Amino acid sequence: MSDKKPISSVNDFVVRFANVNGSGSASANEMFARAILRHGVPVSPRNIFPSNIQGLPTWYEVRVTEDGHLGARGGVDMMVAMNPQTWDKDVAGIEPGGYLFYDSTKPMPSTKFRDNITVIGVPLTAITNSTYTDPRQRQLFKNIIYLGALSALLDMDPKLIEQLIGEQYKGKEKLLSSNVHALHLGRDWALQNLKCPIGLRVKKSDKVGDRIFIEGNSAAALGAVYGGATVCAWYPITPSSSVAEAFTAHCKKYRHDPETGKAKYAIVQGEDELASIGIVIGASWNGARAFTATSGPGISLMTEFIGLSYFAEIPAVIMNIQRAGPSTGMPTRTQQCDIIACAYASHGDTKHVLLFPEDPAEAFEFAAAAFDLAERLQTTIFLMLDLDIGMNHRLCRPLKWDDAKQYDRGKVMTAEMLDEGRDFGRYLDVDGDGIPYRTYPGTHPTKGSYFTRGTSRDRYARYSEEGSVYADNMQRLMRKFETAQDLVPRPLQANAERPTKYGVIYFGSTSPAMDEAIGLLEARGHQLDRLRIRAFPFHSSVASFLAEHDFVYVVEQNRDSQLRQLIVNENGIDPVRLVPIVHYDGSPITARFIAKAIGDHQDHLKVTPLRKAVS
Amino acid sequence: MTYIAKPKFHHPSLKKNELGYTHRDYEGKISTLCAGCGHDSITASIIEACYELSIEPHRVAKISGIGCSSKTPDYFLGNSHGFNSVHGRMPSVLTGANLANRDLIYLGVSGDGDSASIGFGQFAHSIRRGVNMTYIVENNGVYGLTKGQFSATADRGSKSKKGVTNTDNAIDLVAIALQLGATFVARSFSGDKTQLVPLIAAAIRHKGASFIDVISPCIAFNNHAGSTKSFDYVREHNDAVNRLDVLVGRDPIAVDYAPGTVQMVEQHDGSKIALRKIDADYDPHDRLGAQTFLARHAAKGQIVTGLLYVDPDAEDLHEHLNTVETPLNTLEADTLCPGSAVLDKINASLR
Repeated sequence: MSDKKPISSVNDFVVRFANVNGSGSASANEMFARAILRHGVPVSPRNIFPSNIQGLPTWYEVRVTEDGHLGARGGVDMMVAMNPQTWDKDVAGIEPGGYLFYDSTKPMPSTKFRDNITVIGVPLTAITNSTYTDPRQRQLFKNIIYLGALSALLDMDPKLIEQLIGEQYKGKEKLLSSNVHALHLGRDWALQNLKCPIGLRVKKSDKVGDRIFIEGNSAAALGAVYGGATVCAWYPITPSSSVAEAFTAHCKKYRHDPETGKAKYAIVQGEDELASIGIVIGASWNGARAFTATSGPGISLMTEFIGLSYFAEIPAVIMNIQRAGPSTGMPTRTQQCDIIACAYASHGDTKHVLLFPEDPAEAFEFAAAAFDLAERLQTTIFLMLDLDIGMNHRLCRPLKWDDAKQYDRGKVMTAEMLDEGRDFGRYLDVDGDGIPYRTYPGTHPTKGSYFTRGTSRDRYARYSEEGSVYADNMQRLMRKFETAQDLVPRPLQANAERPTKYGVIYFGSTSPAMDEAIGLLEARGHQLDRLRIRAFPFHSSVASFLAEHDFVYVVEQNRDSQLRQLIVNENGIDPVRLVPIVHYDGSPITARFIAKAIGDHQDHLKVTPLRKAVS
Repeated sequence: MTYIAKPKFHHPSLKKNELGYTHRDYEGKISTLCAGCGHDSITASIIEACYELSIEPHRVAKISGIGCSSKTPDYFLGNSHGFNSVHGRMPSVLTGANLANRDLIYLGVSGDGDSASIGFGQFAHSIRRGVNMTYIVENNGVYGLTKGQFSATADRGSKSKKGVTNTDNAIDLVAIALQLGATFVARSFSGDKTQLVPLIAAAIRHKGASFIDVISPCIAFNNHAGSTKSFDYVREHNDAVNRLDVLVGRDPIAVDYAPGTVQMVEQHDGSKIALRKIDADYDPHDRLGAQTFLARHAAKGQIVTGLLYVDPDAEDLHEHLNTVETPLNTLEADTLCPGSAVLDKINASLR
C-alpha cells in the first residue's frame, strides 16, 4: 500500500475472477456481470477457460465500461483470487494500485502479497462452513457469498442482484431464498468488517439502453431458425458445440407443430465432420436449408465436400467458430485463423464466400442471410465467428426481423416452368450472372432430372473431359463469384475527422477493440480512416479504399496476417502498402495493443522516412 | 460416359406396368463398364424391380459414392435425379437427402471399397440410424477403377490377378449390418437375377434401413482362379437359404405354394413377401440366429444368400426424430420463421 495510490474509478474498471473449473463459479460470476448491467452500466465479460471439465484454472473477466468499450482492455484492477493454483500469477497480474480479494480463512504469509495493492480478505470458507454442512452447498454458496461481499465493496445495489436471483430461480422458492440469504451473508460481513465501498465503484447510469446480452453462438443459431434452416448436422467441437445445442433449444421452443407436436426440423449429431457436411450437402441438394457448425479441425475434414459444393454447385452453410490452430492448437482460445483455409478450401481452383459478423447481432443477421446466399449462389457460405464472439455474452443491439421478408430460394426450375418448355441445363448460364437453374429431385416425371457429380460436365450436366467444356464451366464459376461481390454484406467505412493518407482494415471480433483504439490513436495525434470488411469476395470499395490511402493497416488475430494475404492476392496490390497488425496469443485483441502497434508504426513513418527510402 | 446416344424409340407392343410405364422408362444411359461386368446385371435387376413395383421413376433419388459401382446410377432410372458424390460418403449424402424429403425413395449404390474401406464408418452409422433407404453394395472384392487392388471385403487367402495373396481379414458387411441393427438384410449374387430382383423390390418396399450385399464379380480384375469373388467360385459356394416373391398389396396371390414351404412376411406398407424356404430351419426374424448361421457357414467357405433378416415393423430415422409428415424441403418462412413478435420477446428475455 506504500508507493501507489489505490485506483479510484467509477464504472470503468476490470474485475477478474480466478476459479477452479467445475466449482460452480460460472453462474455466480455471470450474475455479477448481469447485475452491473442492471445498474445501466455496460459490461463486457469474457470466459477464459481450459480444455477440461474439472480441476483446472479458469478465469472470468468483467470489464465494466460506462463508455461502452466492449473489447478486452488488458490489465486487472481487481482480482478475485479463488484459485490457489494460480495465486502467484494472479497477484502479479494486478495493476499497481489495484485490489486483491481473497478467502482469508487460512492465514497467508505476507510474501504472498504485494505492497502496492489493496488486499481485501474475507473468510469465505469460515462463513460457509459455519452456515452449511453439505459439501456441494458449501462450494456453490461460497460463490454467492463472495458476490455479496463484492456488492458491498463496489457499492452495488443488492436489490438488483436479488431481482436477478428471483428471475433465475423463478418457481423454485427454496433455492431462491437460500441464494438471497447467502448473498446477504457475504454482503453483511463486508459491510460490518471492511471499509465499503473501495475506490472502484458501480454507479447507476443509463448507458445500456435497449441492448441485449447474448452469446454469438446462440444468436447465430437463432439466425438459422429465422433463416429457415430445417436440417442441422454437427459433430461436437469446442467452441462450436453450443451453436447446435442452441439451435436444438430454439427449435424445441419455436419449431414444433402446435397440433401434432411434430418437429419442423431434423438435427443429427454426425459420427464426424465428414458425415455432418455430407448430410448438409445431401439435404441442400434435395432443397432443404441445411447447416453445420464446426471449428478449424472440422473445416480441415470437410474440405473435400466443400470442393464438391463449389464444383457441383450445391448450397451449404458452415458456421466456423474459430479457435487457435494449427492442429488441435489451443481449443479454448480465440483467433481469426481460418481465413485462408476457408476462402480457398479444397483441392483445385476454388473460392468461397465468407461472412464476418462483428457481434451477436450481426451473427444473427448474417446467419439468416447465409441461407439466402447459399441458395442464391448455390455454393458454400461460411459464417466466420470466433470463440470471443461465439462463447461470450456480448452486449449488442436487439435482434430484428422483418415479417414481410420471404426466403430467397434462388434459381429453382419448377415442374410448371419445365412444362412451359423452358430450356433446362443444370450448368447453363441463362442471364449472365454465372448462376444456373437447378431442379429438386422428384420435380417432374420426364423433364429436369440430371446427374449430379463432382466430375467435369457440360452445361447440360453431361459428363465431359473436353478441355474447352471444362474451362467454360470454370469461367462461369468465376462469373458467379463476381456476382457474389454485390450480394454479400458491404464493407462499412468511417472516415477520420481530418483527411488522412492512412487507413485501417479490420473485421469480425476485432471491432470493439478497434473502435476504442481509434480514440486512443486520435489522442496521440494519429488520424485513420476505417474500413470494416464484412464479407469475402471483397466489394469494389475495398480496392477504392486501398487506392485512396498510402498505407493501410490490416488488423487481425492470426500470425500470418491472413486477411491481408487475401486482399493482396485478390486485388493484386503492392503488399508493402498493407501493414500487418497481428495479435495471436489466443487472448482477444485489445485496444491498447492496436493503438500501440499502429501508433509506433506511425511515429516511425514520420520520423524516418528518408532513411527508410535509402536502406 | 455418354458418348453413345441411346435411342429412345421402343417396340410399340412393349409391356406396360400399372402406371403405364414400359421397361424402357426405367433405363438410363448406356453402361460404360466392361462387357460382362456383374454390376450391369445388378443395374438390370434394379430396372426390373422398379418396373415390377410400378414406381414412378422420378420419385427415386439415386445416390452413390465413387468407383465402378457408383457410376451405375447413370445407367438406370434416367428420369431420376442421381448424385455421384464423394468416395465413401454416399451414406451421409443420402441421409441428408432423406431428411429433406421423406416422400422420395432412396436408393444408395456403393461398392466394397466405397463402403467397407474408405466409407466403413458412414456405412455403419447410416445403418444404425435407421435411414429409410435401400443400400446396395456391389461387392467384387477389388478396386476396379484403379486396376485390381484388394478391397476390405477380399477374403483372407484369396489371390489377386497378379498372384498376390491377401493376408488381411475380410469385412463381412452383412454381418456388420446385422449387428448394427439394419432391419432388412440380404445377400445375393449378380448372376442370380431370379433371387436378386425380388430382394431389391422387397428392400425398396421396406421402411427402414435395408441392406443388400450383392456379390458381383469383376470380369477384368477378379474373375480368376484363386479369387473368392469369381463367377465360378460364387456359383459353387452359393448357399441360398430362401428365394422370395414380392406381392404388392393389390396383387392377387397368383402362385400356389406347397404347404409348409412358404413363410409370408407382411411389411409396413401392406406389401407381402412370400419366402420360399430352401433351408427349412432358417428363420429370417431371428437376428442373433442369422448372425450365428452366417458365421458358421462362412467358416465353411459358403456364401449364404437370400433374405437373411427382416423386421417388418421397423422404424426409421424420421420416426426417431419425430419430424412432420410434410417434406422439410417444402416448408417456407410462414411455417419456419417465428416472426418479429417472438423475437421481441426473446430480446426482452436477454436484458
